[in-house]
Amino acid sequence: MSTPPPTSTGFASRPLHAPLLARPCTAALMIADEAGASALLALAEATPELMPRTTVLLADAGVMNAALRARAPARLVETPLAGLEPALDALLAEARMGLQVHVAGSEGLIGRAVARLLAAGLPLGAIQSEHRGSPARRMQCVHCKTIAEDITTDPYTCPGCGRALYVREHFSRRLGAFQGVCIDAETPGEVPEPVEIQS
Amino acid sequence: MQSLKLTRKEPLSPRITRFRFEHPEGAPLPIFAGGAHVMVQMQDGAVLRRNAYSLISDPADRSGYEIAVQREDQGRGGSRWMHEQAQPGMVMTIGAPVNLFALNLTAKRHLLIAGGVGITPFLAQVRDLGRIGAPYELHHAIRSAAEAVPLPDGARLHVSDQGSRMDLDAILSGQPLGTHLYVCGSDRMIRAVLDAARGLGWPADALHSEEFLAPAPGEPFAVHCARSHKTLTVGAHQSLLEALEAAGIDAPWLCRGGACGQCETDVIACDGTIDHHDHWLDPDEQAHKIMPCVSRFRGQLLTIDR
Repeated sequence: MSTPPPTSTGFASRPLHAPLLARPCTAALMIADEAGASALLALAEATPELMPRTTVLLADAGVMNAALRARAPARLVETPLAGLEPALDALLAEARMGLQVHVAGSEGLIGRAVARLLAAGLPLGAIQSEHRGSPARRMQCVHCKTIAEDITTDPYTCPGCGRALYVREHFSRRLGAFQGVCIDAETPGEVPEPVEIQS
Repeated sequence: MQSLKLTRKEPLSPRITRFRFEHPEGAPLPIFAGGAHVMVQMQDGAVLRRNAYSLISDPADRSGYEIAVQREDQGRGGSRWMHEQAQPGMVMTIGAPVNLFALNLTAKRHLLIAGGVGITPFLAQVRDLGRIGAPYELHHAIRSAAEAVPLPDGARLHVSDQGSRMDLDAILSGQPLGTHLYVCGSDRMIRAVLDAARGLGWPADALHSEEFLAPAPGEPFAVHCARSHKTLTVGAHQSLLEALEAAGIDAPWLCRGGACGQCETDVIACDGTIDHHDHWLDPDEQAHKIMPCVSRFRGQLLTIDR
């Protein structure tokens, strides 16, 4: 059997995002933030027959709530982004195998949602993700374990321990976060000028 | 391979017999994990047969290995030899356990579906699941009551000629998130279960199946082994792997049933058609590879890298 192709970055752990596609399913769960909601709309447009079996979970999606509601999903739940995990857990408690999940939005939302889905036992093969919005990343400091949301520069300063951290492509599915590693461990104080993260 | 003594032979059903093997000096055998099989070697007259059988005994019980063999009168003769010739007291050559059908222990729950003699790997797996306290559900689908074998407590029996056919959609629809599905049985049954699951939205990474194929007979064919500089003929009831072994050509193997990938061989030239019978090669690999354990060739000459 073929081995999976390496990702474009060469890091097998780097999540692969692609446009969301409908798959055979018993039920669907669509999750998005404000930036990702347009990807859900595109999916709903392409496969309206999916919507009567679909639960939509929107995290701080603002003006996009009404647009998705107009697509008549079986159920639509709104949550503040901070309350994503408990809202997702409540939906997953009733879920059965046959569920296909579509997540769209920032790296942070995707990472958090996928980590929760995997923890609930859903295999990765039932989850698709599409990146929309800023390239900001959810990062874990590998030294003090502090998670920092919406990191836009490399290196960045850890809000937990103050170290200057190099933004790696290495991603933890369990934590839903990229890894940040001390950039000046060998040469203390020699920290390169931060640059914007491109993707 | 190790020499083990056949210590017990008893029928489980009219066609299925259980065999127990122990170390000749009573030494403990290596532990295995449910789903593992062993290769049983049989000297059937001039023919050396090697058949894979799933272990059915408790994987933690090191006092012996047990297998269950269904007699296949239309088969190549291995199961018939076991039923007729193998007798308690005999010392036989048995391979070390190999597992191509392991439980995924990250699963929250295990759904085990067996057809006929495909129940065998599950008999060992439910012992492992019971020991770790993992929730599971075992279904055994058979055509008639004559195929029934003793089942673990809680297993559900479906007998199609008694009208209790397995309702696959109902079984597959109610499973909690995190359930993994395992199916073992005939090719047709495995396909039906996996197709139903995929259609209901089960992802491929929650689906597991095992089917051992017996090498299908066919017309004799000629093979040139480029590396060994030998040309040989594969007999009608011989597999390509067996022909290589008979010619003294070293060829790797593990399951001898088209499942494990160990005997994968590059095809250098193919003046004809390869009949791929394995579960291993992807369609795009079939043009330039062959699995000698189960696949055959029709045509003038096949040249392989052995």
